[in-house]
Amino acid sequence: MTTEPTHKLTSGIKTLRAYIIGLVLALLLTFISFGLAWMHVDKMNHAHLFSPGALMFVLMIFALIQLFVQVVCFLRLNGSKEGRWELMPFLFVLFVAFIIAGGSIWIMWSLNYNMMH
Amino acid sequence: MTAHAITKNEHHEEHHDADSTSVLGFWIYIMSDCVLFSCLFATFAVLHANTYNGFGVHNFLDLPYILAETLFLLASSFTYGMAILNVYKKRRPKVITWLVITIILGLSFVGLEVNEFLHLMAIGHGPQTSGAMSAFFTLVATHGLHVSIGLFWMIIMIVQLCKFNINSAVTRRLTYLGLFWAFLDIVWIFVYTVVYLIGGM
Repeated sequence: MTTEPTHKLTSGIKTLRAYIIGLVLALLLTFISFGLAWMHVDKMNHAHLFSPGALMFVLMIFALIQLFVQVVCFLRLNGSKEGRWELMPFLFVLFVAFIIAGGSIWIMWSLNYNMMH
Repeated sequence: MTAHAITKNEHHEEHHDADSTSVLGFWIYIMSDCVLFSCLFATFAVLHANTYNGFGVHNFLDLPYILAETLFLLASSFTYGMAILNVYKKRRPKVITWLVITIILGLSFVGLEVNEFLHLMAIGHGPQTSGAMSAFFTLVATHGLHVSIGLFWMIIMIVQLCKFNINSAVTRRLTYLGLFWAFLDIVWIFVYTVVYLIGGM
């Protein structure tokens, strides 16, 4: 007796194509971030591409792009009827994580700022 | 004939619902783990400047070493995917082979991380020395502990594959482990970026 194809029961259909695209993009993003940080840390190279603040921002953007790539290609999260059940908690957690981490950094920054002024 | 048709129908519908519901349950566990990690990231962001004698991540950062760790974990995420694809095709020897490759890559990652921790403790900068080091060890080691548990789980799955072959229970467990493993790689993207690349600047 053949059983129901189990891959339909997960958060999305996993395919070789998706995994390869995900791997290539993730490698690319990892190496770009590495290259940017390497150029910054390298003491011999005085011509920095970005200021520390700008570099921090750019690295975070690359991390968020890679989050998106891995969630789509490896976890196969999607907005289909079944996928929405997993998408909603995910979006909620992103929101919570943003409040916890962003909020803490904001409060500590304000605290430092007000101590010095 | 009728009995057979009913059994088949029940199997078709109820089995589907039970499985997708339990996968959702595991997914919600993973999402709650995300909240744990975001608290640890917030702690690191707040404490990273509270160093002892100014010793922070920038003092011991070895970028190529961290890149190697990152690539091991990323590769293991991909090889686990290959194992899952073979689960669908019911090719047990290939599933086990890919799982073993994943375990080797995961062990290399954990090995590099433990080596870094031992080095830090040996040069007198253990977790007890400063707020920054406490936050660093707590965040990175919590991730490392998750990876270690994932590796232990993979060994258990190999034993189950040998014992029970690829049945629906084993497939479901491998699906959970796949979600868990992909999640750990996603958390590592942020450890790599926030702790090492930005923290090491």
